[in-house]
Amino acid sequence: MDPILETKQLSHIYSAGTPFERTALDGVDFRAYPGEYLGIIGHTGSGKSTLIQHLNGLLKPTSGQVLFQGTDIWSDPKITRQTRFRVGLVFQYPEYQLFEETVYKDISFGPQNMGLDQKEVDRRVRAAAYFVGLRDDQLEKSPFELSGGQKRRVAIAGVIAMEPQVLILDEPTAGLDPEGVESILGNIRDYHRAHNATIILVSHSMEEMARTVDRLVVVNGGKLPFEGTPREVFQHGDELERMGLGVPQLTRVFHRLRALGVDIDPSVYTLEQAKGAVLDALAKRGKALEKGVE
Amino acid sequence: MALKDITLGQYFPGHSPVHRLDPRTKLLAVVLYIVALFLAQWFVSYAVMFLVLAGSIAISGVPVKSILRGMKPVVFIVVFTALLNLFYSGGDTVLVRFWIFTITLEGVFRAFFMVVRILMLISGTFLLTYTTSPILLTDGLESLLSPLKKLHAPIHELSMIMSIALRFIPTLIEETDKIMSAQRARGADFESGNLIQRAKALLPLLVPLFISAFRRAEELATAMECRCYHGGEGRTRLRQLKYRGADWFTLALFLAVTVGVGVLGHFGL
Repeated sequence: MDPILETKQLSHIYSAGTPFERTALDGVDFRAYPGEYLGIIGHTGSGKSTLIQHLNGLLKPTSGQVLFQGTDIWSDPKITRQTRFRVGLVFQYPEYQLFEETVYKDISFGPQNMGLDQKEVDRRVRAAAYFVGLRDDQLEKSPFELSGGQKRRVAIAGVIAMEPQVLILDEPTAGLDPEGVESILGNIRDYHRAHNATIILVSHSMEEMARTVDRLVVVNGGKLPFEGTPREVFQHGDELERMGLGVPQLTRVFHRLRALGVDIDPSVYTLEQAKGAVLDALAKRGKALEKGVE
Repeated sequence: MALKDITLGQYFPGHSPVHRLDPRTKLLAVVLYIVALFLAQWFVSYAVMFLVLAGSIAISGVPVKSILRGMKPVVFIVVFTALLNLFYSGGDTVLVRFWIFTITLEGVFRAFFMVVRILMLISGTFLLTYTTSPILLTDGLESLLSPLKKLHAPIHELSMIMSIALRFIPTLIEETDKIMSAQRARGADFESGNLIQRAKALLPLLVPLFISAFRRAEELATAMECRCYHGGEGRTRLRQLKYRGADWFTLALFLAVTVGVGVLGHFGL
C-alpha cells in the first residue's frame, strides 16, 4: 500500500546560520498509511513536534521532502494550503487557541477558511460537535464559559470540522482526568472509524499508546530509531529506557521477571496479554514439575 | 516566519572580566564615559576615549561585527547630523561655496567629531547591554536608584515590573508562535490581503494571546501572594550584588579618564 503521508530525508535546522543553530530533525524517513492508527512517541525536545508541523506544511523542511499522496506539498503554494486542510493538526493544549464569541463560530473557523458554502459549513460544524460529544445548546455558548475538558473538545472539533484525511493530535489527553482521557480517545477512535481517516497520535505515555495504536514510531534526537507494532517496539525496553521513555509498567515487570530467570514472554503490554503470559509460564512450570515427579 | 529568531535585548552570554563586573559599576562607568565624550574637544581627547572604548570591547570579547551591526538603525541620524554640522557650523576658513551652502574647515571638523561622538556613544551603551543580562541591569538600576526610596518613589515596584516584563517577553513570543501555528493549521492566513484584511486576520491570534497573558498574570500574582510577597521591604535577593576589587578599579579608571578628558578639553585638545 502506498503511504498517504511520507517524508524523505527530512531535515530541519532551527535558527540556521546563527549561534543558536539547532538540528531538530536529521534525515527522517517517515511514512503513514491510509486508515492506520499511528503513534509517535518521544520525550520533550526529541523533534516530534517539529516532525508533525512538517506533515501539514506549517514548517518548511531545511532539506528533504514531505509528500502527501505522492505529491510534494511544497511544490506549489496552493498545494501547501490544501495540505493544511487535508492533514488536520491539533496542537497541545488546543483550548488556548479558542477566540470566537460562540462555540459554533469557533468550530466553523476552519471550514470557513476552506471556502465552503454555508450549508456545508453548518453540516460539518454539527457533525464535528457530534463526534466530540458537544450538545446542540452548547454550540451557542461562549467557549470561555465551558470547563477545561469541554474547551478541549471544542478545539478538537475545530480541526475535525475540516474533515481531514489525516488527523494528527499532539498530546490530546494531557492534563485531563482519567474519564476525560477515555472519552477523548473514544471520540478520536469514532472519527477514525467513521471516516477511515489516518490518525497520528503524539504522546509520551507508553500506556496510552500501547492501548490505542496499531503502529508506533519512536523519535529520539531528531531521528527515528525504532518503529513497528507496540509489541515490537517494546522489545527494545533498555534502549527506550535510556532515551528517557521507558516501556509500560506491565512490560517492565515482565522484563524484570525475565532478568530474574523466570521463563516468561516479556513483550506484553496489556492486561490480557499479561494474563496469557503468566498462565503460559505457570503451565510450563507445571509440566516441568510433573516431569520431575515422574 | 520564525518569531523565535528575534533576539531579545542583545545580551551576549560570556565570562569575560567585563561580563563579571557588577552591573552598577557598568552603569556608572557608562554614565562617566558619556560625560567624558561630551567633554572631549579635539583629536587628543577623542583618541583617549577611543582607546578606552577599544580596550573595553577587546576585554569583553564581544565581536566587533555585532557592535557594528547594531549601528545600522542609526545610520540615518548619523548622516543627518553630519550634514547639518557640515553646512551650518559657520567659521572663517571657507573651503567650498556653492548656491546657499558654505563648507568651512571648522564645519568639517565639527561634523567629523559629531559623528565620532555619536558612534562611540552608541558603541559604549551597546557594550553595556551586550555584556549585562537584562535582569542584572534591572537589579543594578534598582540598587543605584534606591536612595530615591527616601522620597517615597516606588523604586522596588518599578524594577519588579521591569523584571517581570523582561521575564515574560520570551514566554509571550513562544505563545504567539504557538497560537499562530495553531490558527494556520486551521487555514488562517496572516500574510496576504490588504491592511484591513490583515488586521482582521490578527483577531484569532490576539484574542487567545490576551486571554493567556491575563491568565498568566493572575497565576503569577497568586503564586507571589502564596509566598507572602508584599513588596521590597526587608527582602533579600538571590543574586547579591557585591563590589569587588575590579569594580573599584574600573570606577577609578573611568573617573580618572573623565577628569583627564575634562582637563584636556578645557585646554581645547
